[in-house]
Amino acid sequence: CEGIKNLMQKLMGQLMNCDIDVDSLEDEDYVPVSQNRIRCSMSSLISWYDSVTKKTDSETPSKKRNSSSRHWQSPPVVVIFKDMESFTTKVLQDFIVISSQHIHELPLVLVFGIATSPMIIHRLLPHSVSSLLCIELFQSLSCKEHLSTIIDKLLLTSRFPFKLGGKVLQVLINIFLYHDFSVQNFIKGFQLCIVEHFYSQPLSVLCCQPVDVKKRVYSLSHDQCENIRRLPSFRRYVEKQESEKQIELLTNDSFLKEETEKLLEDLHAYHENYVSILRCLHVFTSSLPKYPLGKQIRELHCACLENRVWETEDYESSLQLARMLNKTDLVTMLQQCVEILMSSSGKEFDKTVEKLKEFLTQFQNLEEASQERDVSVSSQKEVQKKTDLYHLQKTLLELKESRRSKKLTKFEMLRFEVVDYIDSLVRKYLVPADDRTLHEILYFNAATVLRGHLNAAPRTALHTALNNPHWYLKNQALKCDGGGISNKAPDICIVYKLHLECGRLINLVDWLEAFSTVVMAAEEPNADAASSDQVDDIIHARFIRAVSELELLGFIKPSKQKTDHVARLTWGGC
Amino acid sequence: MPNLEHPAYPAADLLHLESLVPCRESQVSMLLSIFGERQQFSFPSIFIYGHTSSGKTYVMQTLLTTLQLPHVFVNCVEYFTSRLLLEEILMQLRSCSSDTEQPSPVHCDTLNDFVRLFKQAVASRELQDQTLYIVLDRAEQLREMEANILPAFLRLQELTDRNVTVVLLSEIVWELFRPNVGCFEPFTMYFPDYSIGHLQKILSQNHPPEYSADFYAAYINILLGVFYMVCRDLKELRHLAALNFAKYCEPVVRGEANERDTRKLWKNIEPHLKKAMQTVYLREISSSQWERLQHDGGEPGQLKGLSAHTHVELPYYSKFLLIAAYLASYNPVRTDKRFFLKHHGKIRKTNFMKKHEKTSNHLLGPKPFPLDRLLAILYSIVDNRVAPTANIFSQVS
Repeated sequence: CEGIKNLMQKLMGQLMNCDIDVDSLEDEDYVPVSQNRIRCSMSSLISWYDSVTKKTDSETPSKKRNSSSRHWQSPPVVVIFKDMESFTTKVLQDFIVISSQHIHELPLVLVFGIATSPMIIHRLLPHSVSSLLCIELFQSLSCKEHLSTIIDKLLLTSRFPFKLGGKVLQVLINIFLYHDFSVQNFIKGFQLCIVEHFYSQPLSVLCCQPVDVKKRVYSLSHDQCENIRRLPSFRRYVEKQESEKQIELLTNDSFLKEETEKLLEDLHAYHENYVSILRCLHVFTSSLPKYPLGKQIRELHCACLENRVWETEDYESSLQLARMLNKTDLVTMLQQCVEILMSSSGKEFDKTVEKLKEFLTQFQNLEEASQERDVSVSSQKEVQKKTDLYHLQKTLLELKESRRSKKLTKFEMLRFEVVDYIDSLVRKYLVPADDRTLHEILYFNAATVLRGHLNAAPRTALHTALNNPHWYLKNQALKCDGGGISNKAPDICIVYKLHLECGRLINLVDWLEAFSTVVMAAEEPNADAASSDQVDDIIHARFIRAVSELELLGFIKPSKQKTDHVARLTWGGC
Repeated sequence: MPNLEHPAYPAADLLHLESLVPCRESQVSMLLSIFGERQQFSFPSIFIYGHTSSGKTYVMQTLLTTLQLPHVFVNCVEYFTSRLLLEEILMQLRSCSSDTEQPSPVHCDTLNDFVRLFKQAVASRELQDQTLYIVLDRAEQLREMEANILPAFLRLQELTDRNVTVVLLSEIVWELFRPNVGCFEPFTMYFPDYSIGHLQKILSQNHPPEYSADFYAAYINILLGVFYMVCRDLKELRHLAALNFAKYCEPVVRGEANERDTRKLWKNIEPHLKKAMQTVYLREISSSQWERLQHDGGEPGQLKGLSAHTHVELPYYSKFLLIAAYLASYNPVRTDKRFFLKHHGKIRKTNFMKKHEKTSNHLLGPKPFPLDRLLAILYSIVDNRVAPTANIFSQVS
């Protein structure tokens, strides 16, 4: 909206067009006029508003309220300004001034979308205008929370069979955290992963909902069965079987299909259990000091995907911290785990739920039973009596001994049991996906491809193109060993390689000589003088064109320090 | 004792008018003398200027409606093109004359058409030769429209040959309005700002009926004492008075003090007003939030105003890019080698540096630097390796 006129036109267009569609059937008097003929002024907007509200309010009698009441008698019109900073200030100011004069007839609520900070309101609007506004601030969720929601709904759920491998997820999250807090880009990267996966992996036809798996498996052709046999995880699986079964798997297609179906069902079940136990573990580790396993569930998920989480140091330290939790925290965590496990659909966890509930009742019983007084308490009192140095030393040593062999209280024993139980659950269910058979069908792992697409390096690409033209042109004739300059390469490549050998200032004449030497090396050495002039001109022209292309790309620039010289602008590979 | 006297208008009306426009008697009497009797031609154009809330619009409107002079009132900000403005004037004219029928849309592009249609419209109205007043509020917008609008309005009486006066209201002085080619000079009139006594008088006028005028006057006195230094705008002060009056009355309502205990009331209201100055006046929080606060009586510390939200979270590389840019723009090039490489030599101080040691680079402002230097500094301050990807370059742009 460059001017207030465009703003009013857009406003009226959007507001009144919605109305015209609804009412044109009933109301013959309401003539649908074209955009040009309606006067875009406030009064026509007000009359439109009156006509709309009178229709809806005709049944209810409007009560007279005094003017100081803040409630609108009719619903307000909400105008949303997306991206407030890109509006010209004059337009906004004029609009606010106009609408504030007619606020009694046309109740307006303005919603401003602000990308930077709320102080921008004071910078954009002068005091006289902002005094007409009643400003309230509300904030949307931070982008990190949005990211967690997305990961939660897309990956940590069993609704969608497609999953991301550890490295790939790490790449996407890194781009989000390090470069731009953009959730849109994350979603695009995710879509790219899906496209890549379904495009490059021929077995991705099996990556579907569990109900369709059976049908698709049985319709696999022989080539696709061979593909399955070539998967590395499948090979590992085959090696673990007995020899008869191995032979069957490698030769018999139908047997292979049955096995594949079973394995895929296992994989789905594994993932459901994985998600529930992951959430339980997150409940435990999210409140530990210093967050050894990460504060958010996505960090825990990445750690579990990459390797066996119980072998990492972070896990050890988090278990140790968990053994020092106090009772109320422990009880709340157990209750949350019980809720999570009960809401999961599998029947696997009934026993687990029972065990956890048993723990909870034991904790409750602890409260009712009387606490045993620590033996050490009484000995503390002895220390406080007046003693001399020798006696003090003796009593302290005795205390230390007694504390080492002290019997653990019931609470502490129970705590140990709980932590050990959780540990066993983790070891059983949080196996990284790479260890499971046939994981390549569901998990996308090509992180380098993804990084190449999303995090492009333009300078590197340019350098590769100019140095090794056969990489992009796919012409085998252009392939040359490093250092050599093939004279069949395009002019700009020759010129580029020559300039790499020079220092900061490049003499154009020398450069031209070198260029013509390289180019003419293919010609016969006995060219006669007449044609050599012409050839020189052509080579000269080619050289000039290549040099100006390099200047356009930004590798050289004309230098004022010496005539006929150009300055080199880049060093190194990029 | 009525100050406004004019033979043409009934005395009752004038008395009523006087009660509505306190502290502006001299301006109103000047206007009345210019207007003269109803059928007399008055000055073709009048230009009234004064600060914000010096009562120009209010006085004009009250004057014209109380004495029932025929007029057309148009705000130039709202009708931002000449066509809209002219059409609106004509439509208001038509709707005044025939109240029953719907004003048909009139089409008027140029001043030529306007003059013609204006003559028709005036002829159809039963004006009884009364002067018609066209009031244009926020007249500074007229300068942005076509160049012939302003001179034409100033001469409208002559162009249309009818009994019409154009009144222009603006905050800007006439010297800035004068077009280059010259025009008919209007009669300029200045509305001076209200003094503190005037403000007190005006604000005490609209007191709620439950309390006595003295009580309210004392409240206004306190309010002005706190706010007069920062704000002389009548609209602002009225808004603040309305907002804070409930709090002021609280001790009386609760029965702790009666209307005359000024000290107690002052002690109650003073911290409140100070807080209001920081928040509501600066538009940190909205007035509805303020009222809610008063009802709850809670600690205002929890409420975060607009200025509390200035902290913006940036992604990792963006932060480092900003730091690198700051370093590149303020550090001279010589010092780069020393700061950013592991094995640097000593820098010998030249004569130039010894003379200019004391001048901080901050005073001289940031200096431009080449892009490569920015990237080189970035690579050296970030701990781990940074790949030169398009994402980083797009962050730079």
